Parts: sequence; C-alpha cells; structure tokens
Amino acid sequence: MSTDLLGLALLMGLVTYPSRALPMLIPGIHRLPARALDYLRLVGPAVLATLAALATAVTVDDERRTAFHVGIEWPAVIVCVVLIAARRGLLVGTVAAAVVAAVARAAGLA
Amino acid sequence: MLERDAVRASRRRLVIDSLGIIASGWGFGLVYGLAARGAGFSPLEAGAMSAVVFAGAAQFAAVGYVLGGFSWLGVVVLTAFVNARHALYSAAFVPYVADKPLPYRAVLAHFLTDEAFALSLAHFRRLGRADMWGFWWAAIVADFIPWNLATLAGVIVGGQIPDPNIYGLDVIFPAAMAGLAVGLVTGRRELVAAISGATIGVAVGLAWDPAAGVLAGGLIGPLLGLVTAPGPGERGEEAAR
Repeated sequence: MSTDLLGLALLMGLVTYPSRALPMLIPGIHRLPARALDYLRLVGPAVLATLAALATAVTVDDERRTAFHVGIEWPAVIVCVVLIAARRGLLVGTVAAAVVAAVARAAGLA
Repeated sequence: MLERDAVRASRRRLVIDSLGIIASGWGFGLVYGLAARGAGFSPLEAGAMSAVVFAGAAQFAAVGYVLGGFSWLGVVVLTAFVNARHALYSAAFVPYVADKPLPYRAVLAHFLTDEAFALSLAHFRRLGRADMWGFWWAAIVADFIPWNLATLAGVIVGGQIPDPNIYGLDVIFPAAMAGLAVGLVTGRRELVAAISGATIGVAVGLAWDPAAGVLAGGLIGPLLGLVTAPGPGERGEEAAR
C-alpha cells in the first residue's frame, strides 16, 4: 500500500491547525474589550451566511475559475430557511431542501 | 425552566439538527474517498488526509491538485489559504472556551470544522454559555466519525457508489449553514452582519476565490453589523453587559 502522500497529508494538517488554534490559544485572549467581544458574536451569523451563499451561488471548476450559479440549490435553501424561520427545526429544513433538489432532478427540472 | 432541563432540551435539538449533517458527511465522504482513489491515493493516504487535515473543501482541492501534478509546496500553500477561514471560527469561540485549560483548547482546535462550529455555536447561543458535550457531539459524532468512515468506504468500495447529488445531499450543507445562520440572527446587528457578509462573500468569491470570499464576508460583515444601530431590545442587552 502506497504511503507516498502521507507526508503531504501531514504538511496540509500542519498548515491547517494554526488557523484553527491560534486565536483560541493566544495568551490573555479572554480579556478582550467589550467591543471586540461584540464583534466576535457577529462572526457566527456572518460566516455561516457567507458559506451558505457561496455554496449556493458560486461554482468553481477544476482550474478554480469561478462562475455565478443559479439552480435548484436556491429554492432548496430558501425552503430550508423558511421552515427554520417557522420553527420547524434544522432536520426538517435540510430534509425538505434535499427532497426539493432530488425531486427536481428526477423530474428533469434541474 | 430549570438549567438542567434547558441543557437537556438544547442537547436534544442539537442531536436532531445534526442528523442532516451526518447524512451529508457520509455522502460527501464517500465521494471524497472515490475521488482520492481515482487520483491514486491508497486507503491509508486518503484516510490519513481525512483524519489529519479534516477539512473537506481543502481535501477535494488537494485531490485535484495531486491529479493535476501540482508541487507539494503549491498544494500546502493553497490548503493554508482555503482553510484560513477557520481562524474566524476559533476567534468566535474565544468567549466560550477562554476558561478552558490550554491543552484542552489545543485538542479542541483540531476538530473545529464548518459543521462543528455551526452546530455547537447554535447550541452555545441557546444556552448563553458553552456546553462542551455539545461541541464534542457536533465535532466527533456528527462530523469526524462519518467523514472518516465514509472516506475509507469510498476509497475501498470505489465505483459502486451512487452520485449523492441524485439524493439532494449536496444542498444539505448550504441549507444547514443558512438555517443555522437564521437561528443566530437575534437582532438587527446579526441580520446586517449575515446579509452583508453573504453579499460581500459572493462578490469577492466571484472576483477572486470562494476561500477569499468566506474570509471577506466573515470579517467585514460583523464590522458592518457593529456600526449598525442596535434594535430596541438589543440596547438593553448591551447596557446590561
């Protein structure tokens, strides 16, 4: 069994870990001013909304060229958001989104 | 409601919320394993990448880079760029984990993925404090185990895997992220941060790269939220802090 790429996996892990760890490990980080804590509380909604928007509206090809994308993912994500706003829960929302996409594709609509 | 009941109810919701993420992790872990096999990775190499890197987007990109004959240096630099968004998650976790011992935070950091961050932050926000049981559930049970087992299944079983897009599994990730973002929007500032972050992220993602888009949206969105006048309910909350 080949082990040639184990070194690459290790190097990729080594460059990934600092971004996950450093902000949490900086000494005295818990004594941040209130304004900084307010900012950090807003990072969650901003970054999750950004991830959702990028995964829905931007496609990347094999050469990492980007393109704006409109497809069945849009109504699927909107259905999920509406269900969650109506307090139906994340599981109901994500299952409904998957069903919308699967049915549309099976019907040849997407 | 008693504190214990609130914790129990929030954990129950976390477990239910994570089921879609688990299904998505299985679907795309299988596809990753299959792609890695196609690029010539052995099960040990593909499995090591899922365990050590544990970042789906970077791993899919790495398979393409290896297949395209990129140098290791190029792959490593691009991995650092694609995964730089995790610094935002780590920073956002600071208010919740600052009191934990340093070695504990050092271990926790390895498991801080998109999904673990999103699920556990929603759980922490419901409780108004950290509950590490929730983090470990989201990180290990909902993310690490499905992703790693599915990687091994994909690289070993190979071409017998159906395309997960047929079942709509590809929309679970954006749907879950959008849904969890909605759950975190409790006021005007969060709403502005979310909408402006998403808009900026897409613009930068299109103009440059989606990884840069996540960083731009995640950094600038909160700034715009911060300069927004809080709603009436938020003023009291802010004054009370």
